[in-house]
Amino acid sequence: MCNSELRGIEQNIQQFNAQGIRPVAISVDSPETSRNLAQQAGYTITFLSDPNTEAIRRYDLVHAGAGEGGHDIARPAEFLIDSTGTVRWVNLTENYWVRARPEQILEVARLLK
Amino acid sequence: MSENVSTARRFNWPLWAGFLLTFLTFFSYFAVFVWYPVTRDFPWANLLLFAVAAVLLFVGVRRAFASDRRRSKIVAAIVTTLGVVVIAFFLFAYFVVGRWLPASTGAPQVGQKAPEFTLADTSGKQVSLNELLTTPINGNAPKGVLLIFYRGYW
Repeated sequence: MCNSELRGIEQNIQQFNAQGIRPVAISVDSPETSRNLAQQAGYTITFLSDPNTEAIRRYDLVHAGAGEGGHDIARPAEFLIDSTGTVRWVNLTENYWVRARPEQILEVARLLK
Repeated sequence: MSENVSTARRFNWPLWAGFLLTFLTFFSYFAVFVWYPVTRDFPWANLLLFAVAAVLLFVGVRRAFASDRRRSKIVAAIVTTLGVVVIAFFLFAYFVVGRWLPASTGAPQVGQKAPEFTLADTSGKQVSLNELLTTPINGNAPKGVLLIFYRGYW
């Protein structure tokens, strides 16, 4: 499911790069797990590892006990942050099966200076 | 009389086709439709296929109950119940369980400063949000960063 979303971003990576937008995927997965995923799926975007939910907590995205073995994980969410570090767009999906679409994000990205 | 028997013993194809279609439709979401935003964000393709399956099951049940063989009635009842359970499970997983997400009311909002963080990338190197916002993309200063939080592969 998350792969479906990441694949959509990856398929539009040239447009994101052309717009000066750097997509960054964050999860509780270890660097090794993310590396394997990126290699298998051919992802070139940046993957960051947050096994102790430090950033996930700071963004209030902890989905308590939802991971394997009752571990805390991140709920799906996307943030577009401009070069000054200000949030310009947020998507907190209300349904796990519904995700932001790349076209939608690129549309907002066009407004960034 | 002999014609009646042959009708009764005829293979109840709508029943089994409907049964097969419910299972295929269930798995098709995860194998196929989830990969396309248009069929992922609302499962209309699956709902359509489930509707076809339900009609087939209904026709199958009618056929079974039109015959005078007790066994075909029992089989039809069991098969249809299983099909309905599969459809109900899909609807439950999509429309009910899918919404079991934390509200995240404390998440940074538009106009707010994005919380800083430093995390390891796939090579184990520590990377901060500030670095992500300043490291050039194809030789140009980035206009922004898109953070995609996801549940993980585990």
